[in-house]
Amino acid sequence: MLKLDDIMTPTITIEIATMIAWMNRYADKISEHQALLTALDAAIGDADHGINMQRGFEEVRMRLAHEHVDDLGILFKGIGMTLLSKVGGASGPLYGTLFLRMGLVAAGKATLTPTEFASAVAAGVEGIRQRGSARPGDKTMVDALMPAIIALHQALDDGGALCEALQAAAAAAEAGMKATIPMQAYKGRASYLGPRSVGHQDPGATSAFLLIQSAAESLCAAEQINA
Amino acid sequence: MKKLINNPAIVVEEALSGMARAHPQLLRVNFCPTYIVRADAPRRGKVAVIAGGGSGHEPMHGGFVGPGMLDAACPGPIFTSPTPDQILAAAAAVDGGAGLLFIVKNYTGDVMNFAIAAEECQIAGVPVQTLLIHDDVAVEDSLYTAGRRGVGLTVLAEKICGAAAEAGASLEEVVAIGRKVSEHGRSMGVALTSCIVPAVGRPTFTLPDDEVEIGIGIHGEPGRKRAPLQSADAITDMLATSIFEDLPFARGSRVIALVNGMGGTPLMELYIIFRRLAELCEERDITISRNLIGNYVTALEMAGCSLTLLAVDDELLHWWDAPVHTPALRW
Repeated sequence: MLKLDDIMTPTITIEIATMIAWMNRYADKISEHQALLTALDAAIGDADHGINMQRGFEEVRMRLAHEHVDDLGILFKGIGMTLLSKVGGASGPLYGTLFLRMGLVAAGKATLTPTEFASAVAAGVEGIRQRGSARPGDKTMVDALMPAIIALHQALDDGGALCEALQAAAAAAEAGMKATIPMQAYKGRASYLGPRSVGHQDPGATSAFLLIQSAAESLCAAEQINA
Repeated sequence: MKKLINNPAIVVEEALSGMARAHPQLLRVNFCPTYIVRADAPRRGKVAVIAGGGSGHEPMHGGFVGPGMLDAACPGPIFTSPTPDQILAAAAAVDGGAGLLFIVKNYTGDVMNFAIAAEECQIAGVPVQTLLIHDDVAVEDSLYTAGRRGVGLTVLAEKICGAAAEAGASLEEVVAIGRKVSEHGRSMGVALTSCIVPAVGRPTFTLPDDEVEIGIGIHGEPGRKRAPLQSADAITDMLATSIFEDLPFARGSRVIALVNGMGGTPLMELYIIFRRLAELCEERDITISRNLIGNYVTALEMAGCSLTLLAVDDELLHWWDAPVHTPALRW
């Protein structure tokens, strides 16, 4: 079925360059917040989330600077494989799975429509949910990502432009991230603390919010240039 | 931080390169990706037993590579899981055509990285089975949590599965023996101090001089509760009681007992603990058929210990007694 926004703004497509800009912006954001992510992880985990994510996304940045692809499926798969081998811990397989699944949806395409992009991200988040078998409320990255996906689809279905839809998704992710503070952890290393995990913001939900926020910023910037 | 290191960024690599030089007859070390394989790998027609996890638990797992135990070990960075590419490269180096057994401690990162590697092996047509070790009674077990951590029982599982694989058992047989170990073994630990991850440079948690952390894992993470420091006997009673009650270990049963040091506790204190554990077992009419006392599953320089009891039958004892020749276990 043709979506309303496809008819109204048929020229809006998401290019490979925009996706690369998204990854570079996220790598910047991870570097900027490395100490925060590590401090959040020190409170309820093992104090390496910021360090591991920075190592992984600096590798992604390097890979994208040297690699020239014209297929988004290959681009996302390459990002996923890099994260699998460079991040380690639990974040490597989870963020790796996100991009591998996005790659499956985007395979063979040089551009994506907003709806296709939303479907790719949704498939990635579903991959994370399966890989980590986390449910909403378990105090994990799922608590930031699930509300983001719902908000993204809702805004696009309501005829919103991609930029606005991603801004709504980022707002939902931020609210989801903050909602992890009073939660008790039921997955990951934080779960070993039991009730002692309450009162701390989840580091995975925090890096996940930053990912969606980076997407909103990069895609809004691209939309402005195109317009 | 006071450590005998050169550079916090390369402690794992330097330690592995020392291992390679110390034990050339037993093992080979590969870098990029990092793994340790027995010197005579691959062994045709033999199930390959592969374990892995974060570094900082030495001698586990690399110290258990050799005839009668592990074919390969995949060390991650300190307290961080190895990655799928490492596991796959190690698997390729030891695959003897009879299938692979992954022995995985139940930590979120380890489980996911080994799961991805196992999926890749299956896609490539290599039979692989995973044995999950989750013996830590300090953690509440539930479908809705990450579940119990894998701790001391890992050593016993690697020894017993390794012996069966060495004798030519099939993948299904080795897995069945491993499951028996997993079902009948339980552990619990206590920390007197935290430990310092070299790249972090300060203790993971702080513990007052007169307190202990009960129910710790093996990563310097806090446990379930703090308690005042008590006598060795009182602490042994507390740990052993939790273990006895969990399985439960029946009167008349036979066990292998592991009194494991966390890295910073002298052997003398471990024997004091074992003395009390032996008394407690006698009181309950449990026979300690075999014992292992020493630093096997450590958390860097953490002071403390863990107790593991594995209820055994003749089959498990047979594989426990089979010859083993590795840097850390040998008989």
